[in-house]
Amino acid sequence: MSKLIASAVIRGAHNVVNQAEEKWKQAMDKWGANEPVGFPNTAYYLPVIYGIMGIPVEKLGDMELILKKCKNFLPAPVRETHPLPYLAPALDAGMVTFFAEELIEAIRYLEEPDFYTKQEDPTDSNIWLGAADDIILRKRGIEFVDGTAPGFAAILGAAPNSEIAAQIAQELQQKNLYVFMSSEYNGKRFSEQLVEASVQIGWPTRLVSFGPSVSATVFAAGFATRAALSFGGIEPGDYRKVLIYNKDRVFAFALPMGYVTDEWYANAAGAINYGFPVIADTPIPEVLPTGICTYEHVVSNIPHNNLVAKAVEVRGLKVTLAEVPIPVAFGAAFEGERVRGEDIYLEAGGGRTPMVEWVTSKRMDEVEDGKIEVVGPDIKDIPAGTQLPLAIAVEVAGREMQEDYEPILERQIHHLINYAQGAMHIGQRDIAWLRIAKQAVEKGFLLSHIGTILHAKLHQDFGRIFDKIQITLYTEEDKVKEIIEKAREVYRNRDARIEGMTDDTTDIYYSCTLCQSFAPSHVCVISPERTGLCGSYNWMDCKAAFEINPTGPNQPVEKGDVIDAKLGQWKGVNEFVIKASRGKIDHYNFYSIVNDPMTTCGCCEAIAAILPMCNGVMTVNREYTGETPCGMKFTTLAGTIGGGLSTPGFVGHGKYNITQRKYLSAEGSLLRMVWMPKMLKEEIADRLKARAEELGVPDLPDMIADETVGTTEEEILPFLQEKGHPALTMESILG
Amino acid sequence: MADKKAKSIDQATIELIEKAAKDNCNIAFDRADEMKPCPIGSVGSCCKNCGMGPCRVPLPRGKEETPEEQMKRRGICGATAETISARNFVRMIAGGSAAHSDHGRGVAELFLAVAKGEASGYEIKDEQKLLQLALEWGIEIGDRSNNEIAIDIGEKALAEFGKQEGELLFISRAPLKRQEIWRREGVVPRGIDREVVEIMHRTHMGVDQDYDNLLKQGTRAALADGWGGSMIATELQDILFGTPSPLLSQVNLGVLKKDEVNIIIHGHEPLLSEMIVAAAQDPQMLEMAKSKGAKGINLAGICCTANEILMRHGVPLAGNFLQQELALVTGAVDAMVVDVQCIFESLPEVAQCYHTKIVTTSYKAKMKGATHIEFEEHDALTSAKEIVKLAIENFPNRGSNIHIPEEKTDLIAGFSHETINYLLGGLFRASYRPLNENIINGRIRGVAGVVGCNNPRAMHDEAHVAMVKELIKNDVLVLQTGCSAMATAKAGLLVPEAAAQYAGAGLAEVCETVGIPPVLHMGACVDNSRILIAATAAVKDGGLGDDISDLPVAGAAPEWMSEKAIAIGQYFVTSGVFTVFGVTWPTTGSKEVTDFLFEGIEEKYGGKWAFEQDPIKAARLMIEHIDKKRAALGIDKARERVLYDMAMRRELDEV
Repeated sequence: MSKLIASAVIRGAHNVVNQAEEKWKQAMDKWGANEPVGFPNTAYYLPVIYGIMGIPVEKLGDMELILKKCKNFLPAPVRETHPLPYLAPALDAGMVTFFAEELIEAIRYLEEPDFYTKQEDPTDSNIWLGAADDIILRKRGIEFVDGTAPGFAAILGAAPNSEIAAQIAQELQQKNLYVFMSSEYNGKRFSEQLVEASVQIGWPTRLVSFGPSVSATVFAAGFATRAALSFGGIEPGDYRKVLIYNKDRVFAFALPMGYVTDEWYANAAGAINYGFPVIADTPIPEVLPTGICTYEHVVSNIPHNNLVAKAVEVRGLKVTLAEVPIPVAFGAAFEGERVRGEDIYLEAGGGRTPMVEWVTSKRMDEVEDGKIEVVGPDIKDIPAGTQLPLAIAVEVAGREMQEDYEPILERQIHHLINYAQGAMHIGQRDIAWLRIAKQAVEKGFLLSHIGTILHAKLHQDFGRIFDKIQITLYTEEDKVKEIIEKAREVYRNRDARIEGMTDDTTDIYYSCTLCQSFAPSHVCVISPERTGLCGSYNWMDCKAAFEINPTGPNQPVEKGDVIDAKLGQWKGVNEFVIKASRGKIDHYNFYSIVNDPMTTCGCCEAIAAILPMCNGVMTVNREYTGETPCGMKFTTLAGTIGGGLSTPGFVGHGKYNITQRKYLSAEGSLLRMVWMPKMLKEEIADRLKARAEELGVPDLPDMIADETVGTTEEEILPFLQEKGHPALTMESILG
Repeated sequence: MADKKAKSIDQATIELIEKAAKDNCNIAFDRADEMKPCPIGSVGSCCKNCGMGPCRVPLPRGKEETPEEQMKRRGICGATAETISARNFVRMIAGGSAAHSDHGRGVAELFLAVAKGEASGYEIKDEQKLLQLALEWGIEIGDRSNNEIAIDIGEKALAEFGKQEGELLFISRAPLKRQEIWRREGVVPRGIDREVVEIMHRTHMGVDQDYDNLLKQGTRAALADGWGGSMIATELQDILFGTPSPLLSQVNLGVLKKDEVNIIIHGHEPLLSEMIVAAAQDPQMLEMAKSKGAKGINLAGICCTANEILMRHGVPLAGNFLQQELALVTGAVDAMVVDVQCIFESLPEVAQCYHTKIVTTSYKAKMKGATHIEFEEHDALTSAKEIVKLAIENFPNRGSNIHIPEEKTDLIAGFSHETINYLLGGLFRASYRPLNENIINGRIRGVAGVVGCNNPRAMHDEAHVAMVKELIKNDVLVLQTGCSAMATAKAGLLVPEAAAQYAGAGLAEVCETVGIPPVLHMGACVDNSRILIAATAAVKDGGLGDDISDLPVAGAAPEWMSEKAIAIGQYFVTSGVFTVFGVTWPTTGSKEVTDFLFEGIEEKYGGKWAFEQDPIKAARLMIEHIDKKRAALGIDKARERVLYDMAMRRELDEV
């Protein structure tokens, strides 16, 4: 920390703490000490304060202690001559700044409840999103976990103009980074500049407009802190681990754009505590020696066209850029972008026209690698607003190619098309839906570019399992219908084959330690009848992933001798788990929630919990924010059992897993299910119905209570009794 | 009269040497001119351990010795020059180790008395360090009060001195590899006193007559100092008086004030001086001072008592070892309070030229001509007030022959191990990581401990300042204690601004980042234990090998004079640190012993001694050694920047 910076940091921290105190006093006068405060829908209270100091701030009155601590930690100003060492005090002042900013923002939520949209997207009248709630954290967290998002850039201020802002944002998006925006410079704000440049902002495009003032920067720190708590399984208050976790695993950095005020410096010092370096576009003093961050701490005066590249280098991040020769930008960050209304140039599928996507294997001599053909009109041949039928037929060949890999390759089509800026893709197989935006067409995007994308990316990611690939896009209705018929036949065969696979007849399971980058002791072992709890990986995916990358996070696990067939425990699996969890976990059961269930990481899709009074089990999905009969919301549950723990009575699982045959089979399978949120029931309705029929209780879906029945065991029990729910007559779940 | 030009690099010192001569006052500088060192004793070739001698066995000068001639160089008992040299050397270690350790014992006794509530005026100041030490020593914490815990700590600490077998507790603080080396060599101290007593026994006439075996015991007694008595002193003092943290103060005789009662605290123990600091701020005392015409009470220190109260209270330093008489020569010191170690017996005599009262305070250390006011630990504040009162009452007796030099320099002190740990990362990220990282990336080439005394056989302060300047110029971060720190403080090296002015670009950049001087003052000579702990912390933080001997570090005492310095040097060498001494070397009467200490010892302990009078050449030796260690660690080349992808992140161990 240079003396100049340290002096500014400490001044800035004093200002922020004074502001917080003033706001707090006013709020106390108005609301009183018992007024509840907090960020919306989170189990982490004010997350930096909670994560670093372990103190939950729930009421206005709780802030008094925090302010007192802030003042204790606040260092004296840096003396001009013969200053005392200032790095440590400045770093402390940075943390204090975050604490005080959380108080300021929490009071803002109290004073102006509608200041932030409190959702993933801006509204027509408000672009400020505010703190990420736990749903967003977990949904987006998976991307941090599996590497689709290596980190984030916290941008303060504004670019010189909106073109430069858009350029920088796009560059960050192309590197798959999230962009967290706050504060203003010269009356301009980066978020507003993006809107001005017609760039879609919001969580889906990774351009997150946190808030207009500098204090909203703390939402970025809060996100990072919660990543450590929820994915890293770090205890609140274990500040050192929270910070080192971020230094090692969350590849974030700060980009102050414009004049760096004392308050900005103070926030920057806070960020450095997390190992997040600062890359400025102004000539502020540099801090190059290594130590708190992995490499430099403050690098300055970087031209805008080099800013992102420099930031990534300083943070020590390796981003493998997808080289896809298409006229629009390409990257995971564009996946969530939407194409709507007036912006639509071309639309296919989605019930409007027939559409299908199909990957099939061919003999080597039948495929000409790189051949891309559009049969029928392409974009250049049609006017804006056209709807076309579309079949995307992908033919692959190679010595390693197996029929089982076809669906895996096919499933890539969805996100790969979405990665293209200006393309929106929903669904798969014969229910796919595609929109191409006018903006993309203006840049020269054609349907044939979908072929270009698939050729380049599938080769890059799956090159080990095939040698040649050719893509044909049909836009003539009769041709499309012909393909649909062929494809449907294949889909039916595929589904039957997968359905027929059982754990008992399979000797090799697959590990998934993909999220060990974030949850170091968590180990998923995936069997045909127990898909990954994140919902992203099933047994077949893992098998293919292993073929593609034999040293990667999916390794074959020979299940070995049966230790307990009912609970689902095998010798070989245990041995693997001991090794992969670095000795933290020595065994677990696949099919039980009561006895040593499988570990749960912070990114599970749903969490099941025992309801003793109902002699059954409930489950709750991540998107459901309400209370549940086990007394905890999803987010509290995830916070309690996530992070690689095995917690009897609770288990994380994928949504798909609910209707798999081995789901909770040790306790009596799906017949134990007494409660789940309505939205989840609806989402899996078809499969739920099928499974219920298979179990011989076709009415089961109607017997399962939801929040419209009640959210406590007392409320739902009469309902279960009335419906004659099978769980009530089963043996005691607690044994 | 002494030749003033060659005496010191410090203007205040030069002025007062002149004034002493004018005042007809005989001082150490004069005596050093008048008496040359004994040529036989100075090379360790005189054995006076029995009534058959003293036997002199000096190495013949200017020619190679034949084996026959060497056989003839023996004492009456047949003791060889090797045995005699080693005997004298390890007796010096015994003296030094005894001095530090007896200091440590005194602290432990007071600590226990405080814990038992038997020493009014003192209290446990650093609770965190108390609890840490309790954890380390397996002392129950539970719901017990600080004093209850402290009683157990005090008793356990005191027991270390009289322990007969096993290992000293703090040995387990050293890196594991280092502990193995000590065990392999059979030099792990059993008890502090025992190792000193055993040296006295073994060097008695007709006992241990194998220089190698003698030096081994010397090592054991030295380790009992560094990792025993000294470390106990430092740790318990920190708990009792507070762990130092950075503060601004001043150094040199210019800190004396013409219109205030000047009290100098001199010696080595902070026990009483802590109370004098309190007494000097007592309103009653201040009132009394005013009634005698003084504007206030000005406390300043000399030697390591000074360093102790500087580190914890910011009390200014009047000067180092060779300035003790000169403080009196100013004519402005109303009382000089002394405790133990490094106190010139000439002080009462010098005081007679002026009006100063010399006050001895330890029953262990009395002098003719001094007033004795004994430090009573049970009622220390009363003793302290009595002393301050004596000084105040003496204020009106000041003569007109007063000269307080202008010289005073600002310095930043207070760098304990705990503080350095904090300073490198703040409350939330405290660690040695940034130090290690910047050593690895080469901004910091290495770390040197430059410590020790003054010696009138060499120009005062010159070697300290020249050596330290050379080191920092070459990007070596310097840690200091004792009188050496005062020398460089006077030269202005202990302020952060010195980094830009004197340090190499890499070190300067790190100093600017952390806001530290390129030279860190870590305390009194007993606090050299802090350097051991800092070195261990650097090893444990990783990336620089797995033992102290792997670190790119070196030590030096360029103006040493006391037996404590030899004990310190020996525990540094046998802890794995290359250590260079200046001025004189006490074993040169035996080539074999000297060769062993300068070379052979490295095979056993990974560290060795060197002797070099030229401070620049000595600094170069240290840098050479540092470079050698850097090369061995493979950090002598620039490293590629590692960019991480997700697969690499998964490989990371859990924090």
